[in-house]
Amino acid sequence: MKHTLSVLVEDKPGALSRISNLFARRGYNIESLAVGQTEREGVSRITLRVDCAEHSLEQITKQIHKLVNVLRITELTPDDAVEREIALFTVAAPPERRGELMAFADHYGARVSDLGPQEIVFEMVGHPEDLDSFEELVRPYGIKEMVRTGRIGLSRAVRH
Amino acid sequence: MTRMTGADAIIRSLEAEGVDVCFGVPGGMIIDTYDALYRAQANGSKLRHVLARHEQGAGHMAEGYARASGKVGVAIATSGPGATNLITAIADAWMDSTPLVCITGQVPSTKIGTDAFQETNATGITLPIVKHSWLVQKASEIPATIKAAFHVAQTGRSGPVLVDITKDAQIAELDFKYPDHVDLPGWNPPRKVNHRQIMAAAKAILEADKPIFYVGGGIINGEASAELLELAELTNIPVVTTLTGKGGFPESHPLYVGVPGMHGMKYSNLALNRADLVIAVGTRFDDRVTGNVSAFAPNAKVIHFEVDAAEIGKIREAQIPICAPLQPALVRLLAELRKQMSEGREGPTDWLDKIAAWKEEFPLRYELGDMLKPQQVLEAVRDVTEGLGDVVWTTGVGQHQMWAMQYLVCDRPRSFITSGGLGTMGFGIPAAVGAKAARPDATVICIDGDGCFQMTSKELTTATLHGLPIIVVLIRNGYLGMVRQWQEMFYGERYSQTDLTGPIPDYAKMAEAFGAVAMTVTNAGELDAALERALAENAAGRSVLVDAVCDPQEKVFPMIPAGASAADTIEYGSHEKAKEVEAR
Repeated sequence: MKHTLSVLVEDKPGALSRISNLFARRGYNIESLAVGQTEREGVSRITLRVDCAEHSLEQITKQIHKLVNVLRITELTPDDAVEREIALFTVAAPPERRGELMAFADHYGARVSDLGPQEIVFEMVGHPEDLDSFEELVRPYGIKEMVRTGRIGLSRAVRH
Repeated sequence: MTRMTGADAIIRSLEAEGVDVCFGVPGGMIIDTYDALYRAQANGSKLRHVLARHEQGAGHMAEGYARASGKVGVAIATSGPGATNLITAIADAWMDSTPLVCITGQVPSTKIGTDAFQETNATGITLPIVKHSWLVQKASEIPATIKAAFHVAQTGRSGPVLVDITKDAQIAELDFKYPDHVDLPGWNPPRKVNHRQIMAAAKAILEADKPIFYVGGGIINGEASAELLELAELTNIPVVTTLTGKGGFPESHPLYVGVPGMHGMKYSNLALNRADLVIAVGTRFDDRVTGNVSAFAPNAKVIHFEVDAAEIGKIREAQIPICAPLQPALVRLLAELRKQMSEGREGPTDWLDKIAAWKEEFPLRYELGDMLKPQQVLEAVRDVTEGLGDVVWTTGVGQHQMWAMQYLVCDRPRSFITSGGLGTMGFGIPAAVGAKAARPDATVICIDGDGCFQMTSKELTTATLHGLPIIVVLIRNGYLGMVRQWQEMFYGERYSQTDLTGPIPDYAKMAEAFGAVAMTVTNAGELDAALERALAENAAGRSVLVDAVCDPQEKVFPMIPAGASAADTIEYGSHEKAKEVEAR
């Protein structure tokens, strides 16, 4: 089962490898990883996505919590979190197929960020699953290159 | 504020932490710190340094010191091979939760990453086996880092930390002031005890018919032995202690059952497995205790007292988890029990009778033979030291360790120091040297095997030269005995690479070369006299080897094969049953 973890860490060398090591030692692969600044100086947020067994995850979460540089760890669940990701796709786009591609892009809210005679670079910001759908849709046209930032997320806004 | 070099600041920081002795080996990238130590000692510093003969020895000495004293052990090494040689000791301390501060030199910050001479990424290599580590590249960061290192090593579940300090940081100057407090916003080990859980625990304890305390090394690290004793006596609940918990509850006490696990007494395993309530205290349900987890204490509810949240529910679900420091948690439990208990409660008397009957039915046993039996040697050592004021035992790893666990009687915490989790052969001698440095008035005896002895015997030199005399009782059976036992029982008697017999080494000569008194004993008649002489020589300041030539075929029983359960216990002499298990 896939899980998204959000970890607040002190900006210190090695913090990331201490965390990733806890997955690696069990043979779990981190599917996506995004690290960046937060509202607090000296504190970074790591968002990571991993496919691992529930029991292991509980154990790993507790072990991450124990790390000296870790301030907080929470699991982001789809119902309680806003999740986003950015992707760039370079898609083969000969003139005769361009129209279809632009229609897909329009539907998914993907933008053209660069253009050549035979290809288009699309950029898309959205929920990771929407990115997956767009990727599926354009794959038959020929994805020449692709990059995704890995998902980031925050808890939903307080409603009351 | 005093102006000084980073190297001076390391020494001053160790002094500020109250370190009286540290263990290590100098080298190029830590030479400045050793120079600072020399100058400090010349100016009257009381900080003592024990020069080990190998960094692994320094690490195990620091462990032995820590476990004998309850203080943080300190090991110092240079970069590269110095740091890598420390790794086994760091891993050992990690597995057995021994508080250790390891200080390593590192190449100058300008050379890091260039594969400079004796460069190794010490923080990287040790990453999975430390609570935390620091690479220090600025002299000004040394005092706060060492302060933090000691704090992390001994708070929460204790364990090893590493401080890797570049040569230029040791040479540069700083204004020294040792900080009063640490700044570690992410380090928050549990401090509080949840009262609702304590109430639930007390209720469960009073309702149970067959309760048992299952106590691990945490009882010793957590300094909670006195509270455990009070609890057991108040409730009349029996106690099993694990290998690392040995001595955490007085073994001569009527409520003491024994050690559970692969080579534990059958009655301890029966008691633990038939219980309806397991009160786990400072322990982690190690596979050498549980065997097959699904068959372990199948009918028991579990209360788990543990300071490390990550250990609760890891192997066995706890119905009542109590994540807190053990000492205050047990104090609260005592108070709550006193409140809930009715006057004149007798406790689980039927259960205690049952355990007593198992003890009668399945005692530890062995048969005498033509050659010395290891068990015979252990019993003799146990009896000859009975009544001595303060005895600290250390062991290597293997058969001799298991016999030591079975036959020695430890009534006090910090009297049995062994490598439990990592199972580090060669741990015993250096750990004994460290223990002697911590408790110079104690008689420190290492029970060793011939495989282990060949790994770390050189530290007898350290014992001799530093006035840290120890006794080594060598159970010499000519084999890597535990592996040999498995080969005999489970691998068709194919003794692959376990034979240590042959004309060399001459163990007695080795010991003598290291400055120890040596005696070789081959029959029971010589045993007591040799041990008496060993104690006398040791009391006079000499290290002693008692080289006991034992029956190579003797095996450790009872035994629960790996992954099996208590029902599959192989008892002494029942080799047929072993064959059955092998065939399965």
